[in-house]
Amino acid sequence: MSTNSNGGAAIQSLLRVKRLSKKYARGGLWQKRVVINAVDNVDFEIMTGQTLALVGESGSGKSTVARCVTRLETPDSGEIVFQGTDIAKLDARELISFRSRIQMVFQDAATAINPHFSALQALEEPLLIQGKTGEEHENRESRRDIAATRMTEVGISPDGMQRSILHFSGGQCQRLALARALALRPELLVLDEALTGLDLSTQAQIANLLLDLQEAHGLTYLLISHDMALVARMADSIAVMSGGCIVEVGPTPQIISDPTHAATKHLVAAAKSSASNLSAMTSALA
Amino acid sequence: MQSSKQIFFEIRNLAVTYSPESDRPIRALDGIKLGIYPGEVIGILGESGCGKSTLANALLRLLPQHAKLEGAIFFRDRDLLRLTDKSFREIRGREISLIPQDPASALNPVIKVGSQIREVLRAHFPTKGEQSRDRVMDLLREVGFVKPDNIYSAYPHQLSGGQRQRIVIAQAAACRPTLLIADEPTSKLDPALKAEIVALLSQIRKQHGTAILVISHDPTVLAGLADRIAVMYAGRIVEVGTSAAIFSRPLHPYTEALMRIATSSVITGAMVKGRVPSIEGESPNPSCLPVGCRFESRCSERMDICSRQYPLEFMPEPSRPVNCFKYEE
Repeated sequence: MSTNSNGGAAIQSLLRVKRLSKKYARGGLWQKRVVINAVDNVDFEIMTGQTLALVGESGSGKSTVARCVTRLETPDSGEIVFQGTDIAKLDARELISFRSRIQMVFQDAATAINPHFSALQALEEPLLIQGKTGEEHENRESRRDIAATRMTEVGISPDGMQRSILHFSGGQCQRLALARALALRPELLVLDEALTGLDLSTQAQIANLLLDLQEAHGLTYLLISHDMALVARMADSIAVMSGGCIVEVGPTPQIISDPTHAATKHLVAAAKSSASNLSAMTSALA
Repeated sequence: MQSSKQIFFEIRNLAVTYSPESDRPIRALDGIKLGIYPGEVIGILGESGCGKSTLANALLRLLPQHAKLEGAIFFRDRDLLRLTDKSFREIRGREISLIPQDPASALNPVIKVGSQIREVLRAHFPTKGEQSRDRVMDLLREVGFVKPDNIYSAYPHQLSGGQRQRIVIAQAAACRPTLLIADEPTSKLDPALKAEIVALLSQIRKQHGTAILVISHDPTVLAGLADRIAVMYAGRIVEVGTSAAIFSRPLHPYTEALMRIATSSVITGAMVKGRVPSIEGESPNPSCLPVGCRFESRCSERMDICSRQYPLEFMPEPSRPVNCFKYEE
């Protein structure tokens, strides 16, 4: 699957972000008030069924973009057009029903899920919140069925759905977090460093799982990461952030092999040099 | 270089069993054998839950009360497991010290970091105030701070993650230990900082001849740092070899699969979107371990014998012990 493998089907825009800005104020009472432009006039677009990776060093504003797109933060200015609706302008009531269409997976799944919950409760929660208007989520049986299906989809046996979250390993927790995000069949999944901090083999498993799910359900991903090697395997295009701005956007192969902006060059070089010892030593491996 | 030196630290058949009151006993480590030469950097490569951190804490006797230790740990002809708490305290921090996994939670948030480094020195060398302050300044410079004065009187929250990592390294190196144990020293850092910390550890080894046991799940960290690597899986060491040998000719199927994943994640211009090599399945639950090889259920080369019996050590090449029936004569 590469960028242009979508064949004859027209590629449609799912999300279009225009001139998005978000400032935070630090300090106040005792210290001097400092305003930080966390996100400064950011534009980007994600096509249906594709993955856009947002990369950059820590503090470059990636997570703020993610939090604005999911409306965990309200942007100061700009538009976030999701299939014709500007979600930056939605009020609290409209947001509730809207949230089912964009879901987010966080870095540390173990802390993102209430530790008092069983797997079933964790998966049921979004269904209960959204179920007020829906029909299929209304009774217990159907919620349990949906939970079981989602667990199977992410490769966890539904037999364990009554077990506490604490009984699942780190990789399994991340799978459950993914299952929960998928519970409402969202169109866009925002993955905020969702593969960071996992073991190598677990990371590979989850990366493959995300690719499979994307293919099966036509999901669209906004992937936030600082791992260029991972991004190269998972994204159709890459947007590079530095100091709150997007400094370079392009198809993945182009960004990786021919970076133009200094920030991109730096990221690619850092990824290459951190693996240089490894690639030298494993060169004998087929 | 190693053949002329004598092993100064030796783990003999170490096993650790946790028996928490609320749960079934967990066999976290089993049959661990490992010798360390002076000034050597030895890497422990393994995934979360394989017992790496239990090993680090066992070597420093920092395990909870309910943990039962078997076997022996010899350090300069003394069995560390048989020392009294009091005499072990003279070794911990002085001869063997730990760089903890999470510096943010290892440091006391309400004490200035300078005093926290000084505390280590004071515990082992009763010195006058001015003298130990100078020593702390030296240590701060050694771990890469250009303006140690500012750092000395900073609180942990005022420092970045990379800076805090350097502080705990300064603490661990304060008494010039002969063995440093670094538990995932780079796991929470971004690639640029990772490289700096790896360089710092190499520098400490070079300058002071400190042996370092580096625990990591990331082969890229160990590739540039370790002389030898021991690969752990589900509480056992499955393979030991020089760094070059482990990376270029892994013997155990687990190591082989891990290296395939690692090389596939090396960034190249020719990368395209698509599935990556992976190891399917999960590690066995440590509270009900199989009798046979622990990797058997995920292994692509499994044989009948693998599920029946644990593969004891085979030595297909000199200094390359490996626990896999593939190498049975």
